[in-house]
Amino acid sequence: MTPEENEKKSGGHRKRKEMPDLWMQCTSCNKLVYKPKFEEMQNVCPECNYHFEISSTERIDSLLDECTFEEHFTELYPLDPLDFVAVRSYEDRLKGAQEFTKLSDACVVGTGKMDGLPVVFGVSDSRFLRGSMGSVVGEKIRRGIDLARELSQPFIFVSGSGGGARMDEGVLSLMQMAKTSVALAELDRCGGLFISVLTNPTMGGCMASFAALGDVIFAEPGALIGFAGPTVIKETIKSEIPDGFQSSEFQLEHGFVDRIINRGELRSSLVQVMRLLGCDQAA
Amino acid sequence: MAKASSSHRLDFEAPIIELEKKIEELRTFAESTEVDLSGQIEKLVTKCDEKKRAIFNSLTPWQKIQLARHPQRPLTSDIVTAIVADFIELHGDKSFRDDPAILCGLGRIDEQRVLLVGHRKGKDTAEKVSCHFGSPHPEGYKKAMLKMKLADKFGVPIVTFINTPGAYPGIGAEERGQAFVIARNLMDMATLKVPIVCVVIGEGGSGGALGIGIGNRILMLEHSYYSVISPEGCAAILWKSAEYKEQAANILKLTAEDLSSFGIIDEIIPEPLGGAHRDPPLVFERLKEAILRNIRELSGLSGDELVKDRYDKFCKMGEFEKRLKETVDS
Repeated sequence: MTPEENEKKSGGHRKRKEMPDLWMQCTSCNKLVYKPKFEEMQNVCPECNYHFEISSTERIDSLLDECTFEEHFTELYPLDPLDFVAVRSYEDRLKGAQEFTKLSDACVVGTGKMDGLPVVFGVSDSRFLRGSMGSVVGEKIRRGIDLARELSQPFIFVSGSGGGARMDEGVLSLMQMAKTSVALAELDRCGGLFISVLTNPTMGGCMASFAALGDVIFAEPGALIGFAGPTVIKETIKSEIPDGFQSSEFQLEHGFVDRIINRGELRSSLVQVMRLLGCDQAA
Repeated sequence: MAKASSSHRLDFEAPIIELEKKIEELRTFAESTEVDLSGQIEKLVTKCDEKKRAIFNSLTPWQKIQLARHPQRPLTSDIVTAIVADFIELHGDKSFRDDPAILCGLGRIDEQRVLLVGHRKGKDTAEKVSCHFGSPHPEGYKKAMLKMKLADKFGVPIVTFINTPGAYPGIGAEERGQAFVIARNLMDMATLKVPIVCVVIGEGGSGGALGIGIGNRILMLEHSYYSVISPEGCAAILWKSAEYKEQAANILKLTAEDLSSFGIIDEIIPEPLGGAHRDPPLVFERLKEAILRNIRELSGLSGDELVKDRYDKFCKMGEFEKRLKETVDS
């Protein structure tokens, strides 16, 4: 897959039409927006507040204190345990995604500081096979959770996965839902804090496991959050889906997320909650 | 969502059913005319057995899926009726409504007290519709968890029967937090201090199956399947057409043997030749034996050890490469 194809597929920045010089058109509201302002707002449209996807590196820069993030578990690389070959082979798709993102797989986990507070932090990267969870993603999250437990530090994970459990690793991906959830049960038993941040989109197997299990759940505005994809639901119920269905706002209204938070305020809100829960008083 | 086959006779079963019909005809003829045809009948019976063995020893993944969905395959309710004495069904999530797509209740298998939780597909059309063909809503998963916590409180081992094409994908299900409720079940099942034995008896459809699947032991009937996505769903994504479901079934590695080779399941329970629907009593007997044996084996563990056992079990799952640091850096 060429980077262009990959970008198109992952939905990375597809909604942002580039224009020469300092202006660009937001593909959500179609208005012309001032590019430096858009960038200052971390890929958020200043006109309509649409939150465009950002990479794992951008997310780390946005949330963690400068130069404090140290990535862990970098030795883990995906395999192709099913010899999964369809229209294109999994091996091929993996290689393409690795070359394009320079990542080994679809998430990054490590340690760092947030306004001086030590945390174990993870983020999925939706440019890598739609942020889907296979064995490596599940294992990195599991190890991150266990590390947070051992260090008595909060675990913060920013999810973004349209793919859910990765089909190419079959039932092994499904079992990562179980793996991350049993690890969170253990963290919970030990009194550890997990804050889950949902970004556009968080669906399927990721949403039906770790992403839903935060002691506190934040969501960025306008994210698609749910279990079954809108297409599957439409086919099942044989009728149209209401506007705003499965959005962050929908989930807030139905009582499944604690708060919707703009990208620019995410870091301060995370810090506020951690301090109010006494994370700054830990040994 | 996958639909069960409307015909009671699968294509690859046809030669067997033909032979069986012939045998039956000969028997009837022999009885009515008092002509001795025992030699011929015996020959045909042998031929039929050979045919069965030939077909059933080399089933394709798709054929196994057809068996897993066979309309006459024993369902959760059949198994409960056959092997559980003193059964008392317990309804409701005490919050929203009773979802019939999950059956819960207390009972005994021989002397062993158990809580049974299983997907219910429904026997007749009305029941099938009310159960959404075995696809639970969030309140079904909540009901299951509530009853499992009851069992936990009173030290009663839990047995779950997994048989669902998947959790229901609909407006109400999403409004009531399908993903959040399933996730909560995965986490809460991990904390229970009683033995949990899960048996996939037909379809192990993705998160909807896993939602009652966090056990100390996971068993599968020989021709059941367990998958991250249905073959139809996989085909629709990869080939843009559900017509490619057979190919999808092949690549998804979803048979009991596959799962055993990945170290995900603990035991395959053999089915009678021809599939579970050909001899349900034998299936019930084997299920009962396997369930009791597994509960017995787990009964020596303390509550904390059972929790630790589940943690260790699921944390081991997955396949990846560990590269040396030097290789990573270069």
